[in-house]
Amino acid sequence: MEHGKLLAPGHRACPGCGVAVAVRQILSATGPNVIVVSPTGCLETFTSPYGHSAWEVPWIHPLFENAAAVASGIEAALKYRGLKDTPVVVMGGDGGTFDIGFGGLSGMFERGHNITYICYDNEAYMNTGIQRSSATPLGAATTTSPAGKLSLGKMERKKDMPAIAMAHGLDYVATAAICYPKDLMQKVKKAVSFTGPKYIQVHTPCCVGWGFEPALTVEMARLAVQTGLMPIFEAANGEISAVRKIGRVRPVKEYIEKQARFKHLFNSGPEGLAVLERIQELANKNIAVWGLASRET
Amino acid sequence: MKLTVGAVVLPGTSKKTKTGLWRATRPVVNTKTCNGCGICVLFCPDSSISIADKTCQIDYEYCKGCGICAHECSQKAITMQEEGK
Amino acid sequence: MRKTSVLEGSVGVAEAVKACRPKVISAYPISPQTHVVETLAKMVAEGEIDADYVRVESEFSAASVVYGASAAGVRAYTASSSQGLLLMTEVIYNMAGTRLPVVVTGINRTVSSPITIQPDHQDTMAFRDAGIIQLYVESNQEAYATHIQAFKIAEDHEVLLPVMVCMDGWILTHCYEPLELLAPKEVDGFLPPYRPLYPLDPQNPVTYGSFADEEVMEFRYMVHAAMEKARAKIVEVAEEYRQQFGYYFGGLIEEYYSQDAEIILVAMGSVVATLKDAVDSLHNEGISIGLLKVRAYRPFPAAEVRKALAKAKVVAVLDKSLSCGHAGPLALDVKAAMYNAETHPIILSLIAGLGGREVDLQTVREIVNRCRAAARATDCDFFQLRSELV
Repeated sequence: MEHGKLLAPGHRACPGCGVAVAVRQILSATGPNVIVVSPTGCLETFTSPYGHSAWEVPWIHPLFENAAAVASGIEAALKYRGLKDTPVVVMGGDGGTFDIGFGGLSGMFERGHNITYICYDNEAYMNTGIQRSSATPLGAATTTSPAGKLSLGKMERKKDMPAIAMAHGLDYVATAAICYPKDLMQKVKKAVSFTGPKYIQVHTPCCVGWGFEPALTVEMARLAVQTGLMPIFEAANGEISAVRKIGRVRPVKEYIEKQARFKHLFNSGPEGLAVLERIQELANKNIAVWGLASRET
Repeated sequence: MKLTVGAVVLPGTSKKTKTGLWRATRPVVNTKTCNGCGICVLFCPDSSISIADKTCQIDYEYCKGCGICAHECSQKAITMQEEGK
Repeated sequence: MRKTSVLEGSVGVAEAVKACRPKVISAYPISPQTHVVETLAKMVAEGEIDADYVRVESEFSAASVVYGASAAGVRAYTASSSQGLLLMTEVIYNMAGTRLPVVVTGINRTVSSPITIQPDHQDTMAFRDAGIIQLYVESNQEAYATHIQAFKIAEDHEVLLPVMVCMDGWILTHCYEPLELLAPKEVDGFLPPYRPLYPLDPQNPVTYGSFADEEVMEFRYMVHAAMEKARAKIVEVAEEYRQQFGYYFGGLIEEYYSQDAEIILVAMGSVVATLKDAVDSLHNEGISIGLLKVRAYRPFPAAEVRKALAKAKVVAVLDKSLSCGHAGPLALDVKAAMYNAETHPIILSLIAGLGGREVDLQTVREIVNRCRAAARATDCDFFQLRSELV
């Protein structure tokens, strides 16, 4: 079977779903010799109604908070089934990774299981209706952090999960985005070739949750990278080993203004603009700290 | 059909659902402009594009008409047209 | 060769688990479960068990690890108590619905608040709706036997449900007594290798954990139907164990001099041993009393209970747990079973032994008095009647 079809068509993702794009790219890289674990979330819901599975590879959805722990159990068992060369890959959303699954993930990292944990980051609990997660970026409105008279959306910064993964001393941590499929696929191939716990975070824009036309999903991922808000890098043993430079750095406004989840920042007077400023500062800091610019500006 | 023990499901059974019925717009490929680069295949969320004879072919049974392929095509070979016209 | 030694109950459990050859063991420590999982860790470290021992960071993960291992097609085991057991709740419901035959030891300890490590059944009672088979053991020799039987019951293709072996913390686990351990060959002959139905395998991909809006009734019914099949299986496996090894602790129930008794005590767990002694003592005083041990709490042996209590005048159900705001869960289940019986003895719901409070012969005497008073009650009782005048 074509690796590009290991996620079968007929699944129920929204048209233009960034997660579906990511998963197809990831499975193209792993091929059929893989066991996938997903926590509750968009991916699980749109691929597994009873009798209608989009998975052509073995796949298990346990609960919301325990994909990493369940993957640990599978990984431990495989050698007794003659399958020790079958990679175990988790594909979980930011909800099940950054928040409710955080403890179990840390445990899996710490125990050193041979598992590739891939987080598809659409920056909110999208499956249940666009509620705020710790991955929701500064200033974004969600249904549980809405803009209003007393609120400008989420006022906390995005939790830095890649840094947390790095702090566990993993041999491989990487970020990726669906707009650079060859990069993502290469990173997945590389990760599964290592033994030990690996973490890859893939930025997967959500047209419904962020508020933009479905056709722009890939472009939105590209803009996020080009503003510096989404650094693309690889790390090993707590140190950055490779960084993808941005060709032409774009101001964050070019990204933010295209999404309905930020529109309140443009009509809330000086306070809204101050948040926009803070977002630009975050991008500037990323560019400086990670060395994202191609040349001196 | 009887239910499975533990609600397990056989692989690829999502193909029973013809998501092509969801479309409001459909991608139309200009086969002369298309150079078979395959980037659309990597960006399609629905496994509904393949390259055959160096040309992009859309699987209209499943294509949801999201428009990513048209937007990302390196040759601007795909245009979105209203479904049913 | 069989071996008899004076062993701590916890060690007996570890020996039983070792004999069953699990491939993945995972646990998070909590008193009074700790000695079981420490002994297993030592056994793995010494190469006595060929398994992966996954040292997780919470009980939620412990249960999840064995869930995953079972889905991948290997025999898996975990144990916990009290707070830790409750933390596994979501996963245990998941195991039952996904039909994974994991064995979990529920080492009984009560539940916070207040925090206390004392034993009672409040923890394992939290699982009575989940679809996990629950067997309560009376002694450490029974604990050893029941763990071996548990894997066999769980893995039977007509059952395929997780099994919880419930044993009183401290009272059993930390008590030293002579235990006879079977020879490894004997257990191998009794318990065949696990044959998973749908192991995760790229050669035969399946999807686990689908969402089923339309078929909930039917899937829940299937778990219930498996529980029904488990009734006969529990009895059959206990019989087989008796035939092969000479040990028997009851099937779904055990009747102890209850056939013609006027007063019948009903109980589960280690208190049964105390009650058997009390029954013996009270027989010497000519009191008509017997005991019904409930061994399988889920599936609940309603038919067997009805038959055992048919001729009693008063039934005293001792619960070591409480459904707060109502009554003892075992008593409630017994009463419900007896509603459809042909006879209707008086049934008392007695809460005794919460937080490890002692139940002894004196307690049983008081229970007997309570039962007799209840038996004397008529449809119309006069108070302060001056009987000398009539």
